[in-house]
Amino acid sequence: MLALFYIFIGVAIGVSFWQITRILNFRGDIANDKDNAKQGKYAIYFMVFFYAIMIYCLIALNVVMLPESASIEGEHDDRLFNITFWLIGIVQFIMQFLIFYFTFKYRGNKNNKAKFYADSHQLELIWTVTPAIVLVGLIGYGLWQWNNVMDLSELEDPIVIEVYSQQFRWDARYAGEDKTLGLGNVNYIKGINTMGVDMSDKNSQDDIQVTELYLPKGRKIHFKFRSQDVLHSAYMPHFRAQMNCVPGMVTEFGFTPKYTTEEMRQQSEVRAKTKRINKVRAAKGEELYEFDYLLLCNKICGASHYNMQMKITVVEQEEYDKWIAKQPTLASVIKE
Amino acid sequence: MSEHHHKETFVTKYIFSQDHKMISKQFLITGMFMGIIGVFMSMLFRLQLAWPEKSFSIIEAFLGPHQTDGVMNPDMYLALVTIHGTIMVFFVLTAGLSGTFSNLLIPLQIGARDMASGFLNMISYWLFFISSVVMVISLFVEAGPASAGWTIYPPLSALPQAIPGSGTGMTLWLVSMAIFIASSLIGSLNYIVTIFNLRTKGMKMTRLPLTMWAFFITAIIGVVSFPVLLSAALLLIFDRSFGTSFYLSDIFISGEVLHYQGGSPVLFEHLFWFLGHPEVYIVLLPALGITSEIISTHSRKPIFGYRAMVMSIMAIAFLSTIVWGHHMFISGMNPFLGSVFTFTTLLIAIPSAVKAFNYITTLWKGNLQLNPAMLFSIGLVSTFVTGGLTGLVLGDSALDIAIHDTYFVVAHFHLVMGVSAIFGMYAGIYHWFPKMYGRMMNKTLGYWHFWITIVCAYGVFWPMHFIGLAGLPRRYYSNTAFPMFDDLADVNVVITIFALVGGLAQIIFLANFFISIYRGRKATQNPWNSNTIEWTTPVEHIHGNWPGKIPEVHRWAYDYSKRVDPNDDDSDYLHGQDFVLQTTPLLDGEEPS
Repeated sequence: MLALFYIFIGVAIGVSFWQITRILNFRGDIANDKDNAKQGKYAIYFMVFFYAIMIYCLIALNVVMLPESASIEGEHDDRLFNITFWLIGIVQFIMQFLIFYFTFKYRGNKNNKAKFYADSHQLELIWTVTPAIVLVGLIGYGLWQWNNVMDLSELEDPIVIEVYSQQFRWDARYAGEDKTLGLGNVNYIKGINTMGVDMSDKNSQDDIQVTELYLPKGRKIHFKFRSQDVLHSAYMPHFRAQMNCVPGMVTEFGFTPKYTTEEMRQQSEVRAKTKRINKVRAAKGEELYEFDYLLLCNKICGASHYNMQMKITVVEQEEYDKWIAKQPTLASVIKE
Repeated sequence: MSEHHHKETFVTKYIFSQDHKMISKQFLITGMFMGIIGVFMSMLFRLQLAWPEKSFSIIEAFLGPHQTDGVMNPDMYLALVTIHGTIMVFFVLTAGLSGTFSNLLIPLQIGARDMASGFLNMISYWLFFISSVVMVISLFVEAGPASAGWTIYPPLSALPQAIPGSGTGMTLWLVSMAIFIASSLIGSLNYIVTIFNLRTKGMKMTRLPLTMWAFFITAIIGVVSFPVLLSAALLLIFDRSFGTSFYLSDIFISGEVLHYQGGSPVLFEHLFWFLGHPEVYIVLLPALGITSEIISTHSRKPIFGYRAMVMSIMAIAFLSTIVWGHHMFISGMNPFLGSVFTFTTLLIAIPSAVKAFNYITTLWKGNLQLNPAMLFSIGLVSTFVTGGLTGLVLGDSALDIAIHDTYFVVAHFHLVMGVSAIFGMYAGIYHWFPKMYGRMMNKTLGYWHFWITIVCAYGVFWPMHFIGLAGLPRRYYSNTAFPMFDDLADVNVVITIFALVGGLAQIIFLANFFISIYRGRKATQNPWNSNTIEWTTPVEHIHGNWPGKIPEVHRWAYDYSKRVDPNDDDSDYLHGQDFVLQTTPLLDGEEPS
């Protein structure tokens, strides 16, 4: 079979060389009116093809995109994204039309003369000022939203969680009842103290270390990120959240979960996506998939970068309270 | 520079040549060789992405110890994307593009006998050659080449414990890049000095062709930003080899705490992107300059808004040096900085829009000669618009959080700087091939090359936006570990097929290029009826470019289809033909344009 394949490739290469030498023997090099007419037509064909794949992708691949934001802060992201996307979509369709239509319309001909048209201040003013005005709007909304997301200075009763990264796993630490994380440093890493928590710090005692995130719906979560070796990035696409984990410093991010995992699974977009995924998985004989929020590593960090993940479960407040009450504190786990 | 005849041997003519025309060819051929490696690598890793962990004999044949039964190892996947990025950005699109056309065109279009310093020019090429050799050698070290991504963020790039490629492979990468930067700086200084000092009589700055403006400004950005990358690389070398802690701090790896204290990887990110972002324009501006020239010539129309084009090049260049932080919105830097960088980044859309509109207006009511060079230029405008528009999404920090480092970014920058710059380079090659080799390239093959390439370029990168919007991170060896991405498998297969066809289609170009060098029809002196003065030199290359005196310039470069009555499109051409060489004196009563 493989031999046949190579023979086929050999024949294909042979034929193409034969064709290439044949074409080269024509020795045509400068476009004449016939070429212009032909290439102008091709420009239109290409435009049709291009519009077809643009529209096809917009419709057919619309369903693979992330479902609506699962965090309250992300709602504005989605809105801003939609505004921007419509805007650039419209501009794209108009500009590409002009480019390829003009290529066809003004294809060269011996009998035609080009218009001598070197300048128009009016036109240039229009296409300087119009983008400027549109951008003011986009920048304004964008900056407002950026402040909205990044400002963690005055949070009322947030849940403080440290997300801790290392090649190639995630861990997390809840601040516990005192709502303050104990200090941490790589020098304290020893035995089961894998996150390097300073156990002489009194804030550390009630901290809770876990390997999966549980978050209550509707409460602001204040994340702090640390890394013990290389750069990682905590990417939580469903919440429109991402922050790098940088060795030697603590970075922060915050959001408020809007839907529990269970609610998200019932959402029509998610259900449709799950169904499609399961069709693929069933065909391959793999176990069926159920939607879960995930935290992915999104900064190249080594060989297993592509498989560095942590499950996030969003639950109602009562369930969260029950869950957290069952988790042992660090003081009880790490006995010196 | 001197007009007396040198005694030339094979070595001084073809190897250690100081003639800018020969050096430009050397840059082009070396760049093409590196390009073949870079594109081939992308085809290999696209195989893995479409058919994860499937065995391919081609992978087995090429990746040696870095594959198991025809499946590449995850380390090698990262190495391939790293080297693909490095080679394409620096070796093909910086040296291959700028080096080729700046060298070829600067003396010819401003009317100089050669570069200001032929010797430095030669050194610039040979440093580039050495750095290419070192980069290629790094592919063969035992633990594999550098694999921390082309951005080589430490600590990953600093610690061999973190990834094997960060050992000897990374050392060679850094050495190669240091030599490369030296080459680029020497070249850029030469370009700047030449354009400032060696313009022929009458070639005022305001009469320079737009190619010259683009190369000139590109060289300035290069001189401003490349030294910063050199210092970043030097500090990284210190951290790696001499135990300093510029970028490293508090690291626990392979069961031990390392001694590094007080450094920050964020510092490296700042230094890297202070070059890294201007680099995008170092790649793109020459391509835009080439396109301006070609669209005007082949439309038989003056470029629309010459002054606006020059000013937008300058505005883009200026802004490019104050937007680097948009690569770092989520790096942990102060969010206020994020706001500033969002603002400056989105401002770049304005000069970019001006350029795109001006190109389209140049096409309007033209008499388009659809040669392959022209088609590639039109293709450039198309991909530049497509890729540029998504920049509005990524430049907005609030939106960037959700799609940073996903395939959306990959699609964006490949279209706006990768495909666009490559198209500019192809356009330049098709257009100036007669000037380089004195022969013509075949147009039929050029048409095949163009249409297959643009269809494949969009076939690869348009769908890629959507897998990015599905949240798929870049630089994943495979996405099989995440069932949530299972529905993207088909799209990945389609992308790979387009990528393979597009990659193989470049063979058409290579065949056309190399066969035409020997068998193409002999070129006439001015095959495209162009205005610029490189077409007044003889077809056969001579030292000093012009026999006798250097011509004097009397007008700008864009008097195409100038009429007797400027307000009447039906009136006759003022000079009896639809082009007027820059060397033609103004007629009595003719208004300079």
